[in-house]
Amino acid sequence: MRELSLNVLDIAQNSIAAAATLVTIEIEEAMGMLTIRIGDNGRGMTNEQLEQIRDPFYTTRKTRRVGMGIPLFRMAAEMAGGSLAIESEVGVGTTVTARFGLDHIDRMPLGDMVGTMDTLIRLNPGIDFLYRHTVDERSFELDTRSLREVLDGVPLSEPDIMDWIDANLTEGIQSLGSNA
Amino acid sequence: MKSIAELQALRDKAREKMTVREGSHDGTRVVVGMATCGIAAGARPVLKAFTEEIEKRHLGHVAVVQTGCIGMCQFEPIVEVIAPGKEKVTYGKVTPEMVAKIVTDHLVNGNPVAEYTVANLMK
Ligand SMILES: Nc1ncnc2c1ncn2[C@@H]1O[C@H](COP(=O)(O)OP(=O)(O)OP(=O)(O)O)[C@@H](O)[C@H]1O
Ligand code: FES
Ligand SMILES: [Mg+2]
Repeated sequence: MRELSLNVLDIAQNSIAAAATLVTIEIEEAMGMLTIRIGDNGRGMTNEQLEQIRDPFYTTRKTRRVGMGIPLFRMAAEMAGGSLAIESEVGVGTTVTARFGLDHIDRMPLGDMVGTMDTLIRLNPGIDFLYRHTVDERSFELDTRSLREVLDGVPLSEPDIMDWIDANLTEGIQSLGSNA
Repeated sequence: MKSIAELQALRDKAREKMTVREGSHDGTRVVVGMATCGIAAGARPVLKAFTEEIEKRHLGHVAVVQTGCIGMCQFEPIVEVIAPGKEKVTYGKVTPEMVAKIVTDHLVNGNPVAEYTVANLMK
């Protein structure tokens, strides 16, 4: 993956596949570290599954044996002086946290988070997304649950609404002065 | 900053447009493979190009949706076009530049772009 926002899009696909109804994406830049956290309220994993997921040749899918998403994200983090952690509980949900050295030369750029959120929101009308981005003490948040309240039945995927969401994300992230 | 008042105005406008458009979906689907390999190969910009082109041409009857692994990594990004009563057409190694032609020829005029299909790539 050329940018971390693509890993985020990919890891969020795991949450969607796990039937999550809320996916939380948090980006935090503080004290020389970049932390990316993708949390969901999907079906979760057993301890056995969690152990197997540390093995890069494990996947529950039948069509192909090797799951690539988590190993790639872990590699990107470890390459940049960081690490990856997964917490999960059956019936509760899963949280994947990746940490990167913010100034590490081998850290991939965060890239187009607006594009990733746009894709996720547009393609998953039944799922809510919370995006929270923090740089030091500054913070921006977009929550599709509160947008839905305003929209009162009009789908988020309406072109004009998606344009508003993209502009809101773009302005919000810009205002943070992100270094990622 | 984008304001909530603006969002409310867009909501009201969208509501009017939606009543006009109602019932126009005919089941035509553009399906983009979004497994890890698809995303790594460039599915995100391809998907964006499809939604933009379909909006631009007001093809309200076409839905853009995602799927997981299609089982042909070497041809990602893969896009399937499924139209009611027609055989499914699978495009491979799709780039944003190819999208306008697929939309015009296939979705508007009903002629699949043979040279972009996986069947053609396998020749
Ligand atoms: N959020 C999650 N909730 C439940 N299970 C998960 C979650 N994330 C990962 N898993 C489990 O871990 C497996 C491995 O995930 P990984 O992303 O590495 O590969 P994959 O999704 O199977 O395939 P690929 O990502 O290559 O398309 C998944 O198949 C799934 O069983
Ligand atoms: S993993 Fe590549 S098409 Fe399925
Ligand atoms: Mg995956």
